[in-house]
Amino acid sequence: MSHISKDTTFLGYRRENGRVGVRNHVIILPLDDLSNAAAEAVAHNIKGALAIPHPYGRLQFGADLELHFRTLIGAGSNPNVAAVVVIGIEDGWTQKVVDGIKLTGKPVVGYGIEQHGDHDTIMRASKAAREYVQWASEKQREVCPIQELWVSTKCGESDTTSGCGANPTVGSAFDQLHPLGATLCFGETTELTGGEHIVAARCANDKVREDFMFMFNRYQDVINRHKTSDLADSQPTKGNIAGGLTTIEEKALGNIQKIGKVCTVDGVIDKAEMPTHSGLWFMDSSSAAAEMVTLCAASGFVVHFFPTGQGNVIGNAIVPVIKLCANPRTVRTMSEHIDVDVTGLLQRELTLEQAGDRALEVMLRTANGRFTAAEALGHREFVMTRLYESA
Amino acid sequence: MIHFVLHDAKDTVAVVVVEGVTAGMTLNGWIMDEDRMIEVQAKQDIPIGHKVALVDMAPGDTVIKYGIDMGKVVAPAQKGQHAHVHNIKTKRW
Repeated sequence: MSHISKDTTFLGYRRENGRVGVRNHVIILPLDDLSNAAAEAVAHNIKGALAIPHPYGRLQFGADLELHFRTLIGAGSNPNVAAVVVIGIEDGWTQKVVDGIKLTGKPVVGYGIEQHGDHDTIMRASKAAREYVQWASEKQREVCPIQELWVSTKCGESDTTSGCGANPTVGSAFDQLHPLGATLCFGETTELTGGEHIVAARCANDKVREDFMFMFNRYQDVINRHKTSDLADSQPTKGNIAGGLTTIEEKALGNIQKIGKVCTVDGVIDKAEMPTHSGLWFMDSSSAAAEMVTLCAASGFVVHFFPTGQGNVIGNAIVPVIKLCANPRTVRTMSEHIDVDVTGLLQRELTLEQAGDRALEVMLRTANGRFTAAEALGHREFVMTRLYESA
Repeated sequence: MIHFVLHDAKDTVAVVVVEGVTAGMTLNGWIMDEDRMIEVQAKQDIPIGHKVALVDMAPGDTVIKYGIDMGKVVAPAQKGQHAHVHNIKTKRW
């Protein structure tokens, strides 16, 4: 008996554009590295506002600049965000981010620092942030059908228990969410190496398969262009190897367990692009945890499943990150980081379906407002993906 | 107690899922896809999460896990020994 059906609901915040969020953040979003100090000062002044500092935004160009804007605009547009104050060093690009977020209909305003200085900018931005926080604090959750939930996944600090336990648990949850019409996402292009044929076989049609293989081969080219070794220290990582993983193929075969046994891959998106229909999407993305989860936030996903083996402690500024673990040593030594304990799977005390139900139950409670371990511990990672050097 | 698990009966390695596996222990293994148990004698200490070889492996052999090719053997391993980065390497990159 599945934990969820098409009649399952959750309590979410319906935004101006119809999308549903599960958090009600007012964010202070810097355009660039130089504006972090002002953004953090505003968030310090106004209780309930959340600054999202990051190190980039100057002298980027071409596809890398487009990705920068797509990530910032996508993060601001995420339905977990009620309202946005953008702060940038100058007005032009600041306004570009404001205009992008404004398409959602949510309150957004921008401030440029040049010719004003930090003091004046912080004062003006704080006034706007105070109004937004008070306005957002009156927003009420409403009953929403489960199909409106956008759920992403990415694993990290994986070990062999990830592939046997935590990742198949997410796969079981995805296999239950997919037929209900939820919008789902996975990625980690390099970490499919050795299992790409399995993903290709799961693609819903030839067009999706072609798009997937294009993205996969494009990333292989990046690896081949820059590699100085067989990546034996990077993929798998030192943590993966300490946890018992040996090769990228082994890591990939475990990784792929997250898309379940029956879900089809229904579409392919580039980094931080937004899905255009429901189903399971592959997003071309880095396998670095905070980068990938940030890209999911920018693509509009509102809840994230993060299976771990050795104990990744990640959270995200915008999206609640639910961590699942099947390694009994990690659950013992790092219990404050684990939301879903599925160690019973590897002792045959829990079936995969029961583990999947446990994940879905925590997903619904998280959607309804329960803080994840990462939220309670203050993990607010926001890491933008860069494609190449600045100009 | 289950000491190790494998996905597919064809797998040539399996994952130790408990702490404290030492040389000489008789290990109980669970083939997840078939819900069937097997036994292997540990010939070395093996940390949790690391793999035990289920067959004698020679350099050049393909290592099978999930029923699929996951790399090649680069140093020999006997059934019951620790199978890790010292005897398994990627075929990619």
